[in-house]
Amino acid sequence: MVNHVSLSETFNKDEERVNWHDETLWWIRQKRDKAAWQIPEWEELREMASQIKMNTLSNLHDYLLQFEKNALANGIVVHWAADADEHNKIVYDILTKNKVERIVKSKSMLTEECHLNHFLAEKGIDVIDTDLGERIVQLADEAPSHIVLPCIHKKKEEIGELFHRFLGTPEGNADPQFLTAAARIHLREKFMTRRVAITGVNFAIAETGEFVICTNEGNADMGAHLSDIHIACMGIEKLIPQRTHLSVFLRLLARSATGQPVTTYSSHFSKPLAGQELHIVLVDNGRTRQLGRPDFRNSLKCIRCGACMNTCPVYRRSGGHSYHNAISGPIGAILAPNLDMKEYADLPFASTLCGSCSNVCPVKIDIHQQLYKWRQVLTKEGHSPAAKTAAMKVMAGTLSRPGLYRFAGKAGRWFMRNIPWLTNNRLNPWYKQREMPAPPKESFGEWFKKMRK
Amino acid sequence: MSREQILKAVKQNQPDSEGLPDGLGFAPIVYDDPVQKFSDVLTGIGGKIVRIESTTEIADYLKTHFTEGDRFVTVLDNIPGLEKLQLPEDPRALDGIEVALIAAEFGVSENGAVWVTEKVMRHRVLPFICQHLAVVLDPATILSNMHQAYEKIGQEDYGFAAFIAGPSKTADIEQSLVLGAHGPKTMTIFLLS
Amino acid sequence: MNVGLFIPCYVDQFYPGVAIATLQLLEKYGCKVGYPAGQTCCGQPMANSGYEHLADSCNTLFVKNFAEFDYIVCPSGSCTLHIKEHLHDNASPAEAKSIRSRIYELSEFMTDILKVESISSRFPYKVGLHQSCHGQRGLYISQMSELVAEPFSKPGKLLQMVEGLELVSLGRSDECCGFGGTFCVAEEAVSVKMGKDRVDDHLKNKVDVITGADMSCLMHMEGILKRQKSNVRVMHIAEILTQW
Repeated sequence: MVNHVSLSETFNKDEERVNWHDETLWWIRQKRDKAAWQIPEWEELREMASQIKMNTLSNLHDYLLQFEKNALANGIVVHWAADADEHNKIVYDILTKNKVERIVKSKSMLTEECHLNHFLAEKGIDVIDTDLGERIVQLADEAPSHIVLPCIHKKKEEIGELFHRFLGTPEGNADPQFLTAAARIHLREKFMTRRVAITGVNFAIAETGEFVICTNEGNADMGAHLSDIHIACMGIEKLIPQRTHLSVFLRLLARSATGQPVTTYSSHFSKPLAGQELHIVLVDNGRTRQLGRPDFRNSLKCIRCGACMNTCPVYRRSGGHSYHNAISGPIGAILAPNLDMKEYADLPFASTLCGSCSNVCPVKIDIHQQLYKWRQVLTKEGHSPAAKTAAMKVMAGTLSRPGLYRFAGKAGRWFMRNIPWLTNNRLNPWYKQREMPAPPKESFGEWFKKMRK
Repeated sequence: MSREQILKAVKQNQPDSEGLPDGLGFAPIVYDDPVQKFSDVLTGIGGKIVRIESTTEIADYLKTHFTEGDRFVTVLDNIPGLEKLQLPEDPRALDGIEVALIAAEFGVSENGAVWVTEKVMRHRVLPFICQHLAVVLDPATILSNMHQAYEKIGQEDYGFAAFIAGPSKTADIEQSLVLGAHGPKTMTIFLLS
Repeated sequence: MNVGLFIPCYVDQFYPGVAIATLQLLEKYGCKVGYPAGQTCCGQPMANSGYEHLADSCNTLFVKNFAEFDYIVCPSGSCTLHIKEHLHDNASPAEAKSIRSRIYELSEFMTDILKVESISSRFPYKVGLHQSCHGQRGLYISQMSELVAEPFSKPGKLLQMVEGLELVSLGRSDECCGFGGTFCVAEEAVSVKMGKDRVDDHLKNKVDVITGADMSCLMHMEGILKRQKSNVRVMHIAEILTQW
């Protein structure tokens, strides 16, 4: 079965690679720390962002209407999609209506969540991802492994090889500077020749009907400003109430994501270019369901900075693909079960509950608490293996009967001392790479009884 | 219809209304020397600061630092030695531009960003499509932080506007920083005092 | 003051020396310590595995065992946190709630309640302190590296009082060791890798001993050290503080 356990076990077969992956992401975590420490009011800023998002979620109905009204007044066409399928169809309809078969797309985790590329490819539409990292995973026919750093799992030699195969760069050249220059030329031609650009949305402002896209590469802008039709796709939780609130979120986003003080471009789209069509697709796809779960609705505050992934000691050592979901890492593990409990029942268990994710989160989502709560929900809903349930019942039975507990402990230690291979064998996952603790003759309880009574 | 369905579900599932925070509730960082801080931060993110006394120095500077003979354009009036941009019918024709000179409304020290609106770009794609971007900025307009920035922007009406902080960049290949992803490979800010 | 000693199940069974050291410390600082013989476990192994609903009788047992004490002290941040966050008892909800506010992890009890300012122990070795996540990020016994906030460490402060002890600083001050309860066997590959990396950080900094306020993390790292045939030992902080 493909799940986080099996996928991360495979990832860990190459320990050097795990070290490299871990260190690369840890370096980004350190850059984030450095950037945060430049802002003495950092913790207050996080609290404020969290409160603004709480206000947004608790008034989302009215903000959506306000945003729609203002966007329409700005000349933007607004679409509503209940799920991934409807989102994909809306995009496809716009393309067919305009007889467009080749488009460019900048980074949008929502379109990844909706599997838009796959949907359009089946309809014969050619989609070119223009974010360099996304283009690389697209050429490799893989999914992004990180929401901000899509090809963080790939080594430059592998990228050089891909570029050699698909873009005709010289074999063996793996110089990032050279490869980036080659991609620039390759993708500029796409920008110049394609009439439709799809982008994501980082923030949409109810008060003004505008939306903001943040990139470092400038690919969203190149695509959008050179297109005849710009389609911006967003989850309904991307709203914020007022333009002035952007000050809070733009201070947090890039610092949390990569340790930059701000992304190179924070582009505010308010009205379409003269002669251009500007569309916004507002997508639910399970978000209203999550909004109705009091324990989990906070997850909708997420601004997709990826800080929780960079800090997560499990993510760094299991890789983004081990989460088998568009959004990986701790935040992915609390969002995914809302989409499909059965499919993603493993993800909330892919954590030690260390809590580092909640501490770096710029909008203070209680990620590790939600992981714990998802575990309870998934178990109650019957998404646990039967053997685990049986074992847990035995454990609970033993631990609630002091006499039985003392007996089992004593017997267990006796067996470990006298017949060590009972535990020291390959079937015991603890023993595979770790020694068992040395079993003492006497438990503390036994010692205490003897010495103090 | 999905619109009604979504709005109904939102209304049903959203929690009781929680208010917005009342103002900032903290004092955001303010720098003693915002111009120096702006220069330091911009340099740190790959931009370049050039202090000038008069706009007449701009053309000379650009021509010594970028390949002469290529297309240097500006949207500003009265910049001797630079071609005043005539907007082509198809913005794709802007592709050959080597250096584009625009003006920014203000700068922000904490992140080295400048605020530019559609009005001063002539075409939205200009600051992105050029190989090198040059920006004239009045140092007196430099603010310390983003809260001041949005206070200044207020309810300004624009079709498109952007904060631009340094040259276009990517680190998607093994986190090696490369300047010049899709947009300008360099950003030069002329501080006009 | 009347202190109930809560010894987590795995400490009781595998590390009685840690429990004895905890008892000695509390008594040295004037506590009247009781050890309810009928105690077993905080219920965390079930709860963290998604079976919180099976932990009810564990909870009831816990309340019954510890209701009489002014304070409950435990040499494990993780078990303490679990009780603090999740103990409930339908039969006596008020008592369960009160216990949640009366339970302390050993090092925080020593610094915050006993206000220990000096310790007469001697331990002339290089020591690495492992910040166990639940004690640190759950109970705030140390400041967390993610936050823009003044650093402090309650176990660190106690260790600094020990004569001859040299506390080393680590490459990653508070990264998780990968124990994580049932995670250590369910996600064996990642768990072990995390443990190896944590151990490496200490080894690179040439420690003689790895200590911490949670024996579970130390048990995991000890398993790895022993497999590597390393001479570096793990010791619970109580075992170091009682080197007098």
